[in-house]
Formats: sequence, structure tokens, C-alpha cells
Amino acid sequence: METLSPADGSRVRRIAAELKDQPGPLLNILHQVQGELGCIPAGAVAILAETLNLSRAEVHGVVTFYHHFRRKPAGRHVVSLCQAEACQAVGAAALTGHAQRDLGVALHQTTADGAVTLEPVYCLGNCAAAPSAMIDGRLHGRLTAQRLGELVRGLRGAPGKGASGS
Amino acid sequence: MSATVYIPGDAGAQSVGADEVAGAVRQEAARLGESLRIVRNGSRGAYWLEPLVEVETDAGRRAYGPVTVADVPGLFSAGFLRGCAHALALGDIARHDWFAGQQRLTFSRVGIIDPASVADYLRHGGYQGLTQSISAGAAATVQAITDSGLRGRGGAAFPTGIKWRTVLEQAAAQKYVTCNADEGDSGTFADRMLLEGDPLSLIEGMTIAALAVGATRGYIYLRVEYPHALRALNTAIAAARQAGYLGPNVAGSGKSFELEVRLGAGAYICGEETSMLESLEGRRGEVRVRPPLPAIKGLFGQPTIVNNVVTLCSVPWIAAHGARAYADFGVGKSRGTLPIQLAGNIRRGGLIERAFGLPLRELLYDYGGGSASGRPIRAVQIGGPLGAYVPASQFDTLVDYEALSSVGALLGHGGIVVFDDSVDMARMARYAMEFCALESCGKCTPCRIGSVRGMEVIDRILQGVDGERNLRLLEDLCDTMVQGSLCGLGGMAPFPVQSALKHFREDFHARR
Ligand SMILES: Cc1cc2nc3c(=O)[nH]c(=O)nc-3n(C[C@H](O)[C@H](O)[C@H](O)COP(=O)(O)O)c2cc1C
Ligand code: SF4
Ligand code: FES
Repeated sequence: METLSPADGSRVRRIAAELKDQPGPLLNILHQVQGELGCIPAGAVAILAETLNLSRAEVHGVVTFYHHFRRKPAGRHVVSLCQAEACQAVGAAALTGHAQRDLGVALHQTTADGAVTLEPVYCLGNCAAAPSAMIDGRLHGRLTAQRLGELVRGLRGAPGKGASGS
Repeated sequence: MSATVYIPGDAGAQSVGADEVAGAVRQEAARLGESLRIVRNGSRGAYWLEPLVEVETDAGRRAYGPVTVADVPGLFSAGFLRGCAHALALGDIARHDWFAGQQRLTFSRVGIIDPASVADYLRHGGYQGLTQSISAGAAATVQAITDSGLRGRGGAAFPTGIKWRTVLEQAAAQKYVTCNADEGDSGTFADRMLLEGDPLSLIEGMTIAALAVGATRGYIYLRVEYPHALRALNTAIAAARQAGYLGPNVAGSGKSFELEVRLGAGAYICGEETSMLESLEGRRGEVRVRPPLPAIKGLFGQPTIVNNVVTLCSVPWIAAHGARAYADFGVGKSRGTLPIQLAGNIRRGGLIERAFGLPLRELLYDYGGGSASGRPIRAVQIGGPLGAYVPASQFDTLVDYEALSSVGALLGHGGIVVFDDSVDMARMARYAMEFCALESCGKCTPCRIGSVRGMEVIDRILQGVDGERNLRLLEDLCDTMVQGSLCGLGGMAPFPVQSALKHFREDFHARR
């Protein structure tokens, strides 16, 4: 099992200590850990299990149940393309195909330079302005292959969220 | 005097450039030395007109849209701050044909007020419902909700008043009010619009519920895909607390109510209420076996109200205007209004709130203006990924619970997704199975395994292997899932498949 850096280990301990007395705290803790570390590393699972008096299997079971939690960090930018019905009705499949070709990756993959992770998402609540995508937490609607291409090319040059400090 | 300009801060409006337009308006005003105040309101729901910019004039609000950054200098030089004519001018948007016939009760403030301002909320009738219900008392409030005929808008359409009465009748030291803001259904965004555009109405609705049943804590379970709504909610909760509408002495009632937002983590099944409760407790979102009902043993084992965002946001209007006034809208057992969400391949998509009982055709063609592609509409899916596909031959069906169920469809959360004649219904059926497989909580075999088998069987049909036999197999599999699943995911995922088989069987053939 990979071990956490001492710095990350103490961050996880601090988060767990801060939140563990909330009722039913685990999801909140996982959100916070992923927010700070970019993912939920296996080493964090062990610490959380110990702090919360749960088995590792239980914590692991929660982490893996939810699509949102990552076990490995994403690229510097995350592009989530909606695959659900309203977006399909206006060409989401073709748009996804374009993005995959543009980036040279499939869904769930990260470009070799670590710049962009491409992911599926199932409805962003923007179904009247479909097709939609979420890029680094920003919603984009009425997307065309050209517009998505511009947005994605813009990302590859741009510094990541971490680097820009935003 | 400085002008007031409304530019939606709604995520959907942002998705088509509202922030950039706001930036350009601010910049152009500075360049011209015009002083103005920009309010980031919610969206009025006409997404086909977004970004929709409105200015406050002596004659009332005047709208322009859809506005792009390039339009901004021209708008200023045409005098839009005084409501002057321009190619994008729409006049008083409330009188626009798309809005004029709407009956906005639940959405009465959305797109109009500043969602972060308690003062604005109060000016537009906010907290009248809470005040009324505090003076009416708990039992009368629950009775009013029952008499209004309000049924849950999250999908199951259960009478809200009956649920509340059950919680009221439980003797327990701790009760909870929870709001289901997981809005996972494709084609739906009514919750999101309310959360972003009028979050105080949700807070008021939950507060009315809490005081009526004796709950002191509330949770809003919000899907993680809605970061804009999270910000809007947290801002509104802080503002309500500051103004004395949340906390130890709610609106001077002597009662306490604390409210907190908890984020989901990208699991569709967590919209199912017992799965949501598991998730709120910090566990895997596995569906619970019922009984016990959440109203009896819900969150942390205590009596709990679970209601959808739209349901709870309808409560303040009912509490303020009376059960009778609400029940006067609608038909049969579908009382009140329904916020319909028109989406997908449609020219004029968005949110239409009307009394129940509008013909589907009127929605699709009068409001929607037909498909966006200009091709004939072939099918609509109503009620999200577990809802049936309705063919064009049934477009005279009325949009209400009973009429839709009479044609084998269901209303769900009120989303209507439009497809033109290029749709491949066998592929949509496959997608329904794929989605079920992806989102199954894994507790029961028909759902977990059946959905995967369903994909395989449809693949074989598309490959031309044993077509007739596999079609029969698919039908049997659907029956097994419907009958053998614990919850609506496995139990309803076959509905889109069965409806596709019934109405569009010609699509289930071999592909080359
Ligand atoms: C698979 C599944 C997903 C659901 N998703 C949601 C949802 O996202 N939002 C919601 O309010 N209700 C959802 N429901 C319905 C809830 O179980 C529940 O009926 C509802 O939250 C109760 O609130 P209401 O009575 O106000 O509608 C879902 C049900 C099922 C079976
Ligand atoms: S039907 Fe599916 S989602 Fe529902 S309880 Fe069974 S396995 Fe879980
Ligand atoms: S289906 Fe794509 S945003 Fe809703």
C-alpha cells in the first residue's frame, strides 16, 4: 500500500479531528480530504478508519460507492461531458467523440501531459441549454464541437487550478 | 440616479455567457461614466433567451435577450438603460407569449429577486407563509398542506400532508426535516433554479415543515454537480440566520431550527429517499428495506420528513395564500401547479409552471416551438431516465399524474426531454439499461445483474443475433426487473425499454 507523505498524513488527521464529532461525518470528511489532496489515497483510508473507529473495508466501501471520489488525482483540469438523455438528444455522443479525438484520450482518462482529465457526467441540470459540460467547476451550455475544442485547447496551455492558486 | 440592471447569476445563464455579459456591461458603463447597479438574479427559465438582461425603468422592467458581449456597446448607445428600442428588446418579459399564460406560484420570485437578499425576499411576499403558519399552529399547518392536495414533486407523488402528519404524530426527542436536492433526472432543473434563484423559499418551506412537525434540525442533501447552488444556499442560510429566521428563536416563535447543507458524491441512487438518508449518515447509499418508513424511523433512526425541493418551495405559497387557493389550480387528483421542464431537442426550452392538465402538444409546440433541429418530434421521455418514452401519436395526453399513467407513462419530477426523428430508440433503450447498471446500489440481483444482461441482449439484437428470441428475452428480463427489484431504479429502469419496444419496435433491428 502506498503511504502518504507526512504532510498529507497530518492534513488527513487534522480534517478527521475537526469533523469527526459531526453526526454521520464520513462523507463530509471525504469531501474535505479530496478538496485538499485532490483524491482519497489508500493511506488516507487507513487513517480515517482508525480515527472514526471503522474498519478499513467500511471506509473503502464508502469511497468506492460514490463516483465523485477519486483514488488517484485527476489532471490539472477536469472536463466533464454530459452523457444523459437531454444532451444525447442534441448530439452529446458526437461531441464526446470530438473531445476524445482532440485530447487523444477516452472518457475516464487523463492526457499524457497531465493537463486534462476527461470524464462522463450524468446531467448537469442544464438540459434546456444542452449539450453541456462542466470544466473546472464552470458550466458550459449549447456547446458545439468548435466551442468545446476552443475551451479544451485553452486549458492545455493554461496553468492548473493548483498552480494559479484559485 | 443609478440604473439597476439584472443579469442572471444562474448556472444555466452563466453556461451561455451571462458572466461575460455582466463584465462587459460593467466595463461599458465605466467607460461611459454611467453609474449602475448589477443584480445577479436567478433565471426566469426561458433558457432560449439567456443571457436575458433586464433594466429597471420608470415603466417597470424591460428585457433584452439573448445578449452577447458583442451586443453590449450597441445596447448602451441605443439607450437600453432607459428601456429604449433595440433589436434584442423584448419589452416587459412577463407579458411575452412564453410567460403570459404561465401560473407561477412556486416560481413566483425566481428570476425576479436578488436571491441573496432577505430584504428583497420580504418585499416580494417572503416569510408571509411562515408568519401565518406560526399563528395558525402546527396541526392547522399540516391540515392546510393536506387540504391543498400537494403531492411530492420528487417523483413518487405521495401526499405531502399525510407524510407530515405521520411525523407530527411520532413522539421523539429529535425529529428531522430533510430536503432531497439530489435532482439526478436528466431533463430536470427546477430544483437547481429554485436553489440558485430563490433559496430563501426553500429555507422558509423547511422552516414551516420543521415547526409544524416539531423538528429542530434540517439537512439539505445537495448533489455535488451543483456547486453554484451550494454557494447560493450557504449565502442564503447565513443571511436567514443573521435576520433571525434560523437559529434558536425562529422569527420570534421561541422555536429553534438549524439548517445545514450536505453534499452528495455523484450517485444517482442517493436521490431515492432511504439511500439519501444512508448517505446523509455518511455511509454507502444502499437502499433501505421499508418498513419502517422514514417518517417513523428516518435519519439517525428518528422521525424524518423527506421532501423534494419543489415540494418544499411550494409550501410557503400555500401557507401564505391558503390550501383552497392552491387546490383551485389543477385537475382531478393533480392539484396545484407543476413546474415543467422542457429540454433536449427543443427550440424554446426552459421552465414552464402551469396548473396540471396542459396537453403535451401545447407544451411542445406552443411553448417549445417544435424541435431545435427543425425535424419532426418523434418521441419525448417524461420523468427522467426511469420514465417512459411517449410517441407523437400520444401528444394529446394531458400532463397530470392520472392522464400520463393511463398511457403507461409517469410524470416523475416533471422533466420532458424531446427527441427528433433522428433518434435511435434501440440505443436509447440500451442506454437506460446501461445507466441502471452504472447506478445500481447493488443490493438486489434483478437490478444489478439484470441491467447488465439487458445491455448484452440489446447488443445482440443490434448485432442481428437471434433477433426474435432476444426480443422475447428482453421483455422477460424487463418483467423480472420490474417485479423483483427493491426500489424504483431497478423497478422502473425497464419502463423506457418497454415503451421503446412497444412504440418503436421497428428500431430494434440488426445494424451493420
Ligand atoms: C432511483 C430513484 C431516484 C430518485 N431521485 C430523486 C431525486 O433526485 N430527487 C427527489 O426529490 N426525489 C427522488 N426520488 C424520490 C424519492 O425517493 C422520494 O420519493 C422523494 O424525495 C420524496 O419527496 P417528495 O414527496 O417531496 O417528492 C427518487 C426515487 C428513486 C426510486
Ligand atoms: S433496485 Fe437496484 S438500486 Fe434499488 S435497491 Fe435494488 S439494487 Fe439497489
Ligand atoms: S442531460 Fe445534460 S445537462 Fe441535463
